[in-house]
Amino acid sequence: MATLPQIALQVKNLHFAYKPDNPVLKGISLTLPEGSFTAIIGQNGSGKTTLAKQLNGLLRPTAGQVYLYNTDIQHCSISDLSGTVGYVFQNPDHQIFSPTTRQEIAFGLKNLRLSKQEVDLQTQNVLAAFHLNAYADLQPATLSYGLRRKISIAAVMATSPKVLILDEPTIGLDWRSTMELIGLLKQYCQQGNTILLITHDLRLIADHIPHCMLLHSGQLLAFGETRTIFQDVEILHQAHLALPQINQLARRLSSAGVRPDILTVEEFCDEYRKLALKRQVL
Amino acid sequence: MAPILTIEKFSYAYPSIDISKEPQWVFQDLTLDVEEGEFVSVMGPTGVGKTTLCLALNGIVPQSTGGIIRGDIWVDGLNTKSHPISKLAQRVGMVFQDPDAQLFQVNVEAEVAFGLENLGVPRDEIRKRVDWALSVVHLQGFDLTPLSYLSGGQKQRVAIAAILAMRPKILVLDEPTTNLDPVGKEEILAGIKELRHNHGTTVIFVSHESEFIAELSDRVVILDQGQVAMAGSPESVFSQLRALHDIGVSAPQVTELADCLNREFGQGFSFCTLDLADRAIRSSLMAA
Repeated sequence: MATLPQIALQVKNLHFAYKPDNPVLKGISLTLPEGSFTAIIGQNGSGKTTLAKQLNGLLRPTAGQVYLYNTDIQHCSISDLSGTVGYVFQNPDHQIFSPTTRQEIAFGLKNLRLSKQEVDLQTQNVLAAFHLNAYADLQPATLSYGLRRKISIAAVMATSPKVLILDEPTIGLDWRSTMELIGLLKQYCQQGNTILLITHDLRLIADHIPHCMLLHSGQLLAFGETRTIFQDVEILHQAHLALPQINQLARRLSSAGVRPDILTVEEFCDEYRKLALKRQVL
Repeated sequence: MAPILTIEKFSYAYPSIDISKEPQWVFQDLTLDVEEGEFVSVMGPTGVGKTTLCLALNGIVPQSTGGIIRGDIWVDGLNTKSHPISKLAQRVGMVFQDPDAQLFQVNVEAEVAFGLENLGVPRDEIRKRVDWALSVVHLQGFDLTPLSYLSGGQKQRVAIAAILAMRPKILVLDEPTTNLDPVGKEEILAGIKELRHNHGTTVIFVSHESEFIAELSDRVVILDQGQVAMAGSPESVFSQLRALHDIGVSAPQVTELADCLNREFGQGFSFCTLDLADRAIRSSLMAA
């Protein structure tokens, strides 16, 4: 019999307000199994970043609980949590502070009390995995925004946190870097780690991320399989989100017989094949 | 007609800390002309020098940054090496990725008027231009709204209005939509579209957002390894999907679909916008 995966993260009826009269999170409950890969979507100001910061202790709930591997984190310090929960900031400049890329990546590893040899080896591996070798001994501040973003992600992933939270990690990245990052993240999940990724890019989610949750005005409007949530056009519009272009095309072509729930290029090609064969136009 | 922007054999390297090292060239012999009223989008891999190129267009590179420069850039007839940044800035308006890095006044009106006040523009002319700039970005009536009350998309539109009020001949937008949600992005792009159609502003648009680029641009320029690797109409550039992926940049999802349908079914599709894709596929399914 297959064993059920452990629960990595559980949030129970979480409320939060920066100012007492202005609640930002209004009763969020969710459960993330170990090894899951989930996207958080929602318009600017919906509470995505605020929620993410509850999970690593940067912010503390006004009410409700956060459990990390069945431990209530309210008594855990940020540094206790940082061994288990890795957090990549939305703005890389809020995170990077070392004089070289190599030192930035080695910093977190040194804090794990690894030997110098282990730190050097792991740093080298991460530099290679993120194609940052050419920038290893340069000052991050002199590099482009996209490169600084890659460095900020690499530095967090280097410490192998069991739960990894990334706040809009693909902003400013080109197509190749985005594809490489998604490849690394999928692999990281398969190794039993849990990932939560904030993004506005529904095409990225449709192509690569199996689950998503939709935040709207501090409430969880939907949480489940990406495919199911992406069927609800109304709810996505309400949250200022735009469906992938391929889905917009499918919807427009539904009057020509195309299935309106297509989410990827491959699905569209299959649908085209069926229609073209049926109508004998190929 | 002479181009409004001429980049001729432009090479540039930032100052190096270690002078014994060879200069690290960001650009080598980059050449590009832009006609007045043209909408040119610039794409390229992370770190290729897109922001450096923007900064070179109003002389910040190399006048403020130092470094080694070869070749020339002319903006509206002025060489960027020999004219002060303040003079060039009246011709080239820049909007950056992060509006918070650019906005600093208490309310919308003060922000949009700031540049004009510095230029010594008369009071009633300032009023007119502020009203006009706010109407272009659809922020009429927001004059006295504090900047801190605005959404990210609204703030970015204020930044654009503040630049527009100066009536630059060239508007340079360096990834103006990256921090915005899709609705915020649409707001910005609608404003830019209108500028192009109603005011003939020359626009240089730096972005990774191929789907917007395909909708908006006259010409797409792909930078790679310090040079122009590809340039042409959106259709001609985006249809070279393999070459784009080799360089590391994306194409609109409908162009990937065209490529897939061409490979699988021997079609000859080359669309890069939603409208063109809709029309082409609809008619191909009706063919028989």
